[in-house]
Amino acid sequence: MEYILIIISAILVNNVVLAQFLGVCPFLGVSNKVSTSLGMAGAVTFVIVLATMVTFLLYQYILVPLNITYLQTISFILVIASLVQMVEIILKKISPSLYQALGIFLPLITTNCAVLGVAILVIQKDFTLLQGVVYGASISIGFGLALVILAGIREHLDKLNVPKGMRGVPIALVTAGILALAFMGFTGIV
Amino acid sequence: MNQWKNFTKGLIRENPILVLILGTCPTLATTSSAINGISMGLATTFVLVGSNVVISLIANMIPSKVRIPAYIVVIASFVTIIDLVMQAYVPAIYETLGLFIPLIVVNCIVLGRAEAFASKNTVVSSFFDGLGMGLGFALALGILGAIREILGAGQIFGFELMNQGALVFVLAPGAFIALGYLIALVNKIKK
Repeated sequence: MEYILIIISAILVNNVVLAQFLGVCPFLGVSNKVSTSLGMAGAVTFVIVLATMVTFLLYQYILVPLNITYLQTISFILVIASLVQMVEIILKKISPSLYQALGIFLPLITTNCAVLGVAILVIQKDFTLLQGVVYGASISIGFGLALVILAGIREHLDKLNVPKGMRGVPIALVTAGILALAFMGFTGIV
Repeated sequence: MNQWKNFTKGLIRENPILVLILGTCPTLATTSSAINGISMGLATTFVLVGSNVVISLIANMIPSKVRIPAYIVVIASFVTIIDLVMQAYVPAIYETLGLFIPLIVVNCIVLGRAEAFASKNTVVSSFFDGLGMGLGFALALGILGAIREILGAGQIFGFELMNQGALVFVLAPGAFIALGYLIALVNKIKK
């Protein structure tokens, strides 16, 4: 039950992009086409779940025993950056097809604040490892959902005659705002 | 003269948010009121100036292959400093900005200026570049925060202007919509 609550809350009620404003840069950057947004969503899920696990273990078994939790920000961002690099190298070796699909998005993920944000939130919320992983996965699904919906809308927007100053980012932001309004309808279901 | 240019370009012509559209996450998340936006902007300014100065000093000593991780460590150190300082001296603001203080590390403006400017320029130029970019960021955050506070709560810096506002502008959807129209306005003026 507890896990179902975490999942519903992370995907719909507190959607990572539309309610918590994490990962807005890639949300605006790669939402031009549905196909690329699916690739990005896949890569983000992969990295968030992995990063949550590694940073959780790092925090509980290295930072806390040594009493150096103030190094949290520095150590987490280094771990995430090297993790992304490692995933890139491993994927290239063992699964070239998956690398082709996700490869170009991987370097972008280091600066996706959702990854570091989730790692810090899991610590703040006192989750267990399993809860943290479920939370990370649900956050990524929420991110993917918002990304794919916006990409679908933007594909149609391209065919419309949008006023000059509104083209590109401004109209995408306003669309995201209306999307956020729609997601607010889920408030209160958990 | 030259330093003046380094300083002013970040304020308007190359404003990180309104023109370059970098760092949208903290922009949307921390501008529910003008004072929150400005606090976030000043915290980011501190990190930008500090990391720009240090990186311009050590850029020649870092092998180019490991420069990005090295820059990130410098930036993360300054973020940790401001995080601890704010926690100690302005706990109320620290509480509202919350998660977004440690997340200054992944703000693309900071790493972007380190890579594009500080690594190639002198200490003094980098200082003014960081200061200008940071204050430009704070300015944009302040404007957006003020718009949202006036429309959403009917007040500015806590002074009441109207009886009531459209609450939606203080909530998440209003952030997206207000920023969208603000950038559209800037685009319009630029032409």
